Amino acid sequence: MGGLFTEIFVASLLFGAVTVGIPLLLAGLGEQISEKAGVLNIGIEGMMLMGAYGGFVVAYYTGSFWLGFLAGGVAGMVVASLMVLFCVILSMNQIVIGIALTIGAEGLTALLHHFQFSRTYPRLSQVPTLDIPGLKEIPVIGPAFFERHAIVYLAVLLVVFVAWLFRRTHIGLNLQAAGDKPAALDAAGVDVKLTRAGAVLSTGLLAGIGGAFMANVGAGLFVPHMIHGAGFIGIVLAMLARGHPFWVLLGAALFGGSLALTTALQVAGLNIPTDVVQMLPFAMVIVVLVLFARHSYLPPALALPYHRGER
Amino acid sequence: MISSVSRVLLPIVLALVVGGLILLALGKDPLAYYDYVLQRGLFNWSGFQQTVIRSSPLLLIASGLIVAFRAGIWNLGVDGQFLLAAVASAALAPVLILSLPSWLTIVICCVVSILAAMAWSLVPAFLKIRYGLNEIITTLMMTFLGISFANVLVKLPFNDPNNSVPQTMTLPVADRLGRLFDTTIHSGIIIALAAVFAVHFVMTRTAFGLRLQIVGANPRAAKHAGLSVGRLTYATFALSAGLVGLGGAAEILGVWGTMRADWNPAYGLLVVPLVFLARFNGIAVIGFTLFFAILMIGGESASRRLGVPNFYVLVLVALLLIFLALVEYLDHLSRQRKKA
Repeated sequence: MGGLFTEIFVASLLFGAVTVGIPLLLAGLGEQISEKAGVLNIGIEGMMLMGAYGGFVVAYYTGSFWLGFLAGGVAGMVVASLMVLFCVILSMNQIVIGIALTIGAEGLTALLHHFQFSRTYPRLSQVPTLDIPGLKEIPVIGPAFFERHAIVYLAVLLVVFVAWLFRRTHIGLNLQAAGDKPAALDAAGVDVKLTRAGAVLSTGLLAGIGGAFMANVGAGLFVPHMIHGAGFIGIVLAMLARGHPFWVLLGAALFGGSLALTTALQVAGLNIPTDVVQMLPFAMVIVVLVLFARHSYLPPALALPYHRGER
Repeated sequence: MISSVSRVLLPIVLALVVGGLILLALGKDPLAYYDYVLQRGLFNWSGFQQTVIRSSPLLLIASGLIVAFRAGIWNLGVDGQFLLAAVASAALAPVLILSLPSWLTIVICCVVSILAAMAWSLVPAFLKIRYGLNEIITTLMMTFLGISFANVLVKLPFNDPNNSVPQTMTLPVADRLGRLFDTTIHSGIIIALAAVFAVHFVMTRTAFGLRLQIVGANPRAAKHAGLSVGRLTYATFALSAGLVGLGGAAEILGVWGTMRADWNPAYGLLVVPLVFLARFNGIAVIGFTLFFAILMIGGESASRRLGVPNFYVLVLVALLLIFLALVEYLDHLSRQRKKA
């Protein structure tokens, strides 16, 4: 083992951890906003898938990664607006609609991919990076953290922004009230449905960008069903983070790191079947849940539609 | 109020129409597609037999979901449970058959498969009962885990070394589940129908079923009524997963005789809307399952012939779920207006 942990190995491990962790971070933050407002967003997996497809197609044809992320975010918001229509405005069952949106996105993206690309899987060109002068010279850490596409830095800054939003603004208070006691928020003269709609749309935006990141930066291509549960892991991160954005960042870093570790070990020549690698994140989720389940927290009004005047 | 017939038919018709529009947008003729699906899945003798064969796993999964949903448990971990049960049968049957008669082999395999699926539902059950953790997420996580774990089992410990593709050893055709009369339909459909009727009877006509439904309707009230909510929740998970596991066993022992790596029919979430359409009614679910099996079998040959990939069925299922919830909502509205 001694020879395994070379400088190159650690560098590729950290690089991979960031690549895998960013979509999880975006999904977890997005889900956290929805859950805070009282909407259990099972459809997040579908939002990421649409984001991945939309983001890939646009980046592929325009050659611009920024337009790709924009398209991914818009695609995620399109799915989210369906969730708003059905679950927030019409108060339909959040779980049924969430499953429907996820299944529908799986079918639709696979169909669209089939009719657009047939059986080919074209690749994007190399990811353009925004290098941070000085910091990028640091060995091992530099390439992993400071020679990345600018969206990586924005995603991390977003954690600070969301934390500020939750703690210091009226919007944050409104979100929290919409999840804890929607009737109180209504009595205070704030529109509960509007608050929740905004929360779900923000989730769609972040999840869509996360999906586009997985396709454009993580894989460099789109494959049907490629999100493979990342959205659901985002839900777990949000559940364990108990409303604190920084815990989502920590969770995403841990998951990203462990996922990158198995891939890095494979590259280093250890003979692990890919199925074992694919098992790892989910096994980790289960272990973490068994150990820390008592610390998970969900708002009281989660998954309950709000009807004015009902008790 | 919306009549019960249109409450069922409306979502199906709307899903087929909107789905047809999507086909149209993709440059395919929806009428030709649906016509072909019907011809292949229903009006063609070999297609019809395949439809009935496909119905057995779907019915067993549906009966498992009925138990869970009636008891208020979201068992969304069907695929993992199904595949691990399938691995158990596929690994065991070819070995047991060397020394045991085929009926005993099949019985033992079914039992082990059921136990395997039950074991896979234990963690979500424990987390829900002990920490009140939402089972939607935990069963989903277990299903992703189970799908990959089943692959590992097929590729490593149970791999048949005499075969170039990774798969388990094969149960000879003669020793598989018996065929009905002169057809290719295996007797799994009888097991499935029996299970559906049994579940319907237990859930609607016995004290045990009633207890499960009380837990589902209101766990706190159930606790006050002196019911052991924890034990009943374990029972729900076990029964639900067990029935799903029987479906996995029947699919291997009746149709394939072996399990290939990366085989995952992913029936789990597709059966959910059928169970909702049937309003958790075991008798009604038979009709919807048959309808859906026609769609799947017809769709599979249409994907080869008409160039519409089978992913289209996923889109239809999603539309079905959405329109189902929409019709339900409209019905709820009109009831409230009537009251007011």
